[in-house]
Amino acid sequence: MDVVTLSRIQFGLTTAFHILFPTLTIGLAIFLVVIEFLWLKTRKEIYYRMYRFWVRIFAINFAVGVVSGITLEFQFGTNFALFSEAVANVIAPLMAYEGMTAFFLEAGFLGIMLFGWNRVSPAIHFFSTCMVAAGASLSAFWIMAANAWMHTPAGFELVDGRFMVTSYWDAIFNPAFPTHLAHMLMASYETSAFAVAGISAWYLLKGEKVPFFRRSLALALIMAAVCAPLQVLIGDLRGLNVAEYQPAKLAAMEAHWETNPEGRGADFVAFAIPDMEEEKNHFEVVIPELLSLLITHSADGQIKGLKEFPRDERPNALVLFWTFRAMVAVGFLYLLVMLWALVLFLKKRLYDTPAFLKTLIVIQPLGFIATIMGWITSEMGRQPWTVYGLMRTADSASPIAAGNVVWSLTLFVLFFGLIGASFFYYIFKTLKKGPDMDSEIPPVQLLAGMEPFGEAQESMEVK
Amino acid sequence: MALIHIWISLVGLVVILYVMLDGFTLGVGLLFPGAKDEEERNLMMNTIAPVWDANQTWIVFGGGALFAVFPLIYTVLFSALYIPLLTFLFGLIFRGVAFEFRATSNRKVQWNRAFFWGSLVATFAQGLTLGAYISGIRTVNNRFAGGAFDWFTPFSVTVGAALIAGYILLGSTYLIIKTEGEIQRRAYRQATWAAWIVAGFMLLVSAWTPSVDPAIVERWFSHPRVQFIWFFPVMGSAAFLFLLVSLKRRYEIYPFVASLSLFLSAYLGLEAAIYPMAIPPHMTIYEAAAQTETMIFTLWGVGIVLPVVLGYTIYSYSVFRGKVTAEEGYH
Ligand code: HDD
Ligand code: HEM
Ligand code: HEM
Repeated sequence: MDVVTLSRIQFGLTTAFHILFPTLTIGLAIFLVVIEFLWLKTRKEIYYRMYRFWVRIFAINFAVGVVSGITLEFQFGTNFALFSEAVANVIAPLMAYEGMTAFFLEAGFLGIMLFGWNRVSPAIHFFSTCMVAAGASLSAFWIMAANAWMHTPAGFELVDGRFMVTSYWDAIFNPAFPTHLAHMLMASYETSAFAVAGISAWYLLKGEKVPFFRRSLALALIMAAVCAPLQVLIGDLRGLNVAEYQPAKLAAMEAHWETNPEGRGADFVAFAIPDMEEEKNHFEVVIPELLSLLITHSADGQIKGLKEFPRDERPNALVLFWTFRAMVAVGFLYLLVMLWALVLFLKKRLYDTPAFLKTLIVIQPLGFIATIMGWITSEMGRQPWTVYGLMRTADSASPIAAGNVVWSLTLFVLFFGLIGASFFYYIFKTLKKGPDMDSEIPPVQLLAGMEPFGEAQESMEVK
Repeated sequence: MALIHIWISLVGLVVILYVMLDGFTLGVGLLFPGAKDEEERNLMMNTIAPVWDANQTWIVFGGGALFAVFPLIYTVLFSALYIPLLTFLFGLIFRGVAFEFRATSNRKVQWNRAFFWGSLVATFAQGLTLGAYISGIRTVNNRFAGGAFDWFTPFSVTVGAALIAGYILLGSTYLIIKTEGEIQRRAYRQATWAAWIVAGFMLLVSAWTPSVDPAIVERWFSHPRVQFIWFFPVMGSAAFLFLLVSLKRRYEIYPFVASLSLFLSAYLGLEAAIYPMAIPPHMTIYEAAAQTETMIFTLWGVGIVLPVVLGYTIYSYSVFRGKVTAEEGYH
């Protein structure tokens, strides 16, 4: 294999590994902000205990996110030197800003968040949690701007093969950016909410620490109920944006080969095995005229088919068709589960319907899967370009020997495999151990007159 | 022009901040095998647990800033040093996860090892990178044109070894500040022998460097550098003597300060030897620099955001000031 292919495999694998962790960091951080806010507001000990429990998961997750992220930032230079050389003026400042405004914020306040309980006042501790959460979401802002620019480049002029900035505003707020960012953030919040819900449901089903996990489940479900419908809505907007700016990608996602004739809507392909060689779908099941309705919001709007594009500018329809459908399926499944939750809530049976709790446990990893599927759709749909329509992936790699990348790719697989396995092991271990209900609350965190401990059981009886 | 000089100074500042801050963090990792028992290791880990991530972030920002303002350094250097750089990152991976995994684990041995080896590999690979950078990189038309193992020379291996000694010095003098009793006594001993080894390496590398890149001598003795170049060895010698004295007298803060000064003198001396090269032997900072608009845009961020970052970094250090005690366990 050549350097380009190997580098793509390596970059794809390492980003896919990385993204799993920020997804949880971004969402869980918000969750922690809410819990600590409730702790400060109500002074109910259960919220303090909840914070200390979920922050352990957060910390383990964060460490893996950081170490995997660093490797990505360096890979732009090590593996995609020609791409980096061409786009540095546009993309690199965004990454520098990400470091300054997001990573420092997270890392700087993380110490206080994790280790500062005995040393700072409640207000400062809360502030630190907020800063870590802000840092996490800000980090998404910058990196999504850089990534969105690769999909819909704007605010530049090409001079001798280099992208020179004419307007940073236009470059950052490029056409894909708003929906791209919103969709990613919502994915993080939604995935994290379902992760917390699944874990809590597992405890409730076992009948352990019931009041504690009821409260956790309640908060997680509120978060999920807000996110699930929003995500479907934003996903729709994202699709419309793709249709407008990256028509080849849309055609591949929908396995749509022929442009529909005037006056007749494009069919929606519900099931198919797209074949890139023969330029058609096998085993096709279609819903007439639905695609036009979805994309153009009119029954006979025209949608370009994949055949309109030269063969060497088509993304892989087989992959895109299925990754896209997998993600959308998760989106609707989550929405349905929240509707069910609404019904149960109205019947006041939310916590004691085993089938519901079991479902929550089973669907909890799906958010992560949808995230990966979405990214594959997005990134492979950009192929064969690194900068859409302007710079080819084939011209992006570093002038290095392929052996280098074979070496690093092997080690990445080995090490990330090991780290990933250890991650799961320690997460499960932490979960098994469960929340700590009796260690003393640090005196600085208490209001005058509050007992350092012993109230836990009592205050937990509420609800 | 002025913009390029501001930026090369800023990048230089970020690099030395990283070297000093993550240097002592990695140094504590290098000293891990010296600890007697799990309790001592817990304590050593607790001295850096609240700050390691922030310290490491300087290299993340440094990478981003280099990419933004001197893109050719970023692309050429990173493809040339592919293997040492990724080795460095592999080291950082194991060092980084060891904090949380070890705290959660019952069998801590494996993560103790991961922590030590991660620190060692990261440090050595950093030294290799630096050594290879000083030795120069083959470029044609501002693109890397060398082989996969060009970086592997006796000189770069020596610099790698030197950096291990250097970080041990930083780590042990930092432990002197943060600990007491047995660990501190050991740290004084470790710092003392590390100081001598570092001094030896500094002499060796300084004597060797001119033969690695002959242009360096020329640059040293060119006007106006010749006016102040003597200052760096003098500063280094003074820092070394001060270090020995402060270790002998069992001062707590000064050994660390002296070690930092020692690092600073070596670093500035090196900068003076390389400037205005971006990548020796051919590419200058003027060729490597980004578009003016990019430099200005990024400079705004540095001017406004970096002071705030420094502010809360100092605040965070002040929250965790003082000796680390055994009770203050992991979160
Ligand atoms: C929990 C995760 C999750 C869920 C439930 C969904 N998505 Fe998604 N989707 C993502 C997580 C995600 C993502 C990982 O965040 C992606 C990858 C890149 C991006 O911006 O978002 C993405 C990409 C992505 C793209 C490709 C964008 C591009 O090429 O840049 C489209 C068209 C959609 N999504 C549409 C939807 C629709 C219509 C959904 C619901 C019915 C949906 N997504 C649910
Ligand atoms: C974090 C989630 C991400 C995932 C899972 C992901 C996944 C992938 C995959 C699978 C590829 C290979 C595509 C192919 O070979 O067809 C790829 C390529 C690439 N992506 Fe992403 N990506 C992510 C985020 C980003 C971001 C945020 C950026 C930029 C800031 C980015 C920049 C690139 C570049 C430069 C390549 C290599 C060139 C190419 O193959 O197009 N990616 N990514
Ligand atoms: C190719 C693309 C990417 C690169 C180069 C990259 C780079 C990095 C780096 C260097 C770190 C470590 C920062 C530190 O030391 O504190 C990191 C962590 C992080 N990244 Fe990424 N990243 C990429 C994709 C993404 C995406 C797509 C998101 C979110 C939408 C994201 C969100 C985060 C967050 C929140 C962290 C903090 C640590 C954590 O959450 O575990 N990153 N990333």
